[in-house]
Amino acid sequence: MEAAVLTDRFPRTQVLASKDMPTYQIAAEDLVAAVRFLRDAQGFDLLADLCGIDWKDRTPRFGVVLHLLSTTHKEYVRLHVAAVDDAVPSVSSVHPGANWHEREAFDMFGIRFEGHPDPRRILMWDAYPYHPLRKEFPLAGIEVPLPAADVAEVTGQGVEPAPMMGGPFVSPGGKMSQAEPSALDQSWNEQKPKA
Amino acid sequence: MKTTKEISLGDIAARSEELSGENMTLNMGPSHPATHGVLRLSLELDGDKVVKCDPVIGYLHRGDEKIAENMTYNQFVPYTDRLDYLAPLANNVAYAIAVEKLAGLKMPARCEAIRVVCCEMARISSHLLGLGVYAMDTGAWTVFMYTFNEREKLYSLFEELTGARFTTSYTRIGGLTRDLPEGWLQKVEAFCDGVLKTIDEVDKLLTRNGIFLERTEGIAPISKELALAYGLTGPNLRASGVGFDLRKDKPYSGYEQYDFDVPVGTKGDCFDRYLVRMEEVRQSVRILRQACKNMPGGAWYAEDAKKIFLPPKAKVMTKMEELIQNFMIVTEGPQIPAGEVYFEAENPKGALGFYVVSNGGGVPYRLRIRGPSFVSLSILPAIVPGNYLTDIASILGSLDFVMGECDR
Repeated sequence: MEAAVLTDRFPRTQVLASKDMPTYQIAAEDLVAAVRFLRDAQGFDLLADLCGIDWKDRTPRFGVVLHLLSTTHKEYVRLHVAAVDDAVPSVSSVHPGANWHEREAFDMFGIRFEGHPDPRRILMWDAYPYHPLRKEFPLAGIEVPLPAADVAEVTGQGVEPAPMMGGPFVSPGGKMSQAEPSALDQSWNEQKPKA
Repeated sequence: MKTTKEISLGDIAARSEELSGENMTLNMGPSHPATHGVLRLSLELDGDKVVKCDPVIGYLHRGDEKIAENMTYNQFVPYTDRLDYLAPLANNVAYAIAVEKLAGLKMPARCEAIRVVCCEMARISSHLLGLGVYAMDTGAWTVFMYTFNEREKLYSLFEELTGARFTTSYTRIGGLTRDLPEGWLQKVEAFCDGVLKTIDEVDKLLTRNGIFLERTEGIAPISKELALAYGLTGPNLRASGVGFDLRKDKPYSGYEQYDFDVPVGTKGDCFDRYLVRMEEVRQSVRILRQACKNMPGGAWYAEDAKKIFLPPKAKVMTKMEELIQNFMIVTEGPQIPAGEVYFEAENPKGALGFYVVSNGGGVPYRLRIRGPSFVSLSILPAIVPGNYLTDIASILGSLDFVMGECDR
């Protein structure tokens, strides 16, 4: 495909330099139309990949990268889209396979996909508060209360993580008993319930 | 006094009318033998017919993409083992080629040929497991025993080549960890003879087996259009009638030199996916034999890539320049120029893609992994509804996914 094919039809498109495949910067408003045009008129029938990226210093900060593959012409094309206000139009109406990829990009970066049929998290659980692939998120992770949304809904409470301490062989900060094995916390039992 | 009442068909119909109208929600997994790992299917059932299927994934999410941004290129190789852990060698190769493409490196012929041998052995290993557990899920235990027998031999070969049976970590950016052991290729050729016999036996056990046919033929057909729309790749795409194979259509690592056929299905049902995998094993054996016969000599790593591949140990111990080179690569990582690259390799499960963005230096800025299993599972909501609960085992088996690669 000649670069002019896309730039003529979508004048806001810029050609980017890339060594491995034709690469374009597409305006977010043109994205769905451009992907449909590439599929119907240029044979790019398979969405190979869609992912988010955190550019850190650029404005807008987040971007989405699409890789389209033509199974007939056997070539790839790459589309870069900037996420203005952290939002990008969803292409899942053109390529249904984009559904999960977009959910993942939302999950990992917090990029919203406008018009997405099912905008939920996919790899992390629904109540997870962070977007872990953002550059400021630490590699070690941040501790959060565990989910169990169904329990929380009924009880109206957040569900705390299962404690590491308090098992029969783990000292809850106090002195370990000499006798072993034993349950250390003997302040409660069957007759005397836990306070 | 006993009273009897004749029950008419109309009564039964009326009663079942009363019963219907309430669907049952069933969680299949995350710990279920047919979900091949930690996949959870949230199903809505009407009787034993599936009305809605919502796959819940992420139980094996380890944050591989985050981890990759925090270590040098070579340090990430062991993590690629754990993507599709049934074909670690193929993942190693795909990752190495992606980064080498970004660095603009050309591998010597011997390195490329060894990588082809690795990929095809990984394909056989993965398909043998895929076929074995697929048959087991549909009630044919014997096949599993037969194919695992062959996989055991493969693992012994992997061990001799890489030092590990399972997590091979065999490639490095710019080459391999070591050259082939002496006499190893003869053992691979001997294995080829054996695996063909096993595949013939599996063929006899399954291909005309009434039970297996009942459970797979016509189940969950994926049309060409649907497969493309969902971005399926690999055997699942080819079973639907799209003859696209990256080894043929976007050749890498010297695949254009080998003579092999690409099996293509017609109906895209569970049975076609089985047939395609069976034939792919045979074609892989063809490639393996050619590669073993024509294994080129010479270097097995890029000798000119001074800032990427470690120099030979003997020189590191005796020469100053190599010592510095070794030190720099180990501490700062292989120096990869700034830029971006997307590379997909034809892995056993489909196209495994790596999108690498580099700002220069030894650590990637962004490394995206496109797992074929993730894509294969995303089609479930479209193909499972309308089938019976028992068909799910066949469908999952036929899609041949692995959660390590889906959740990353």
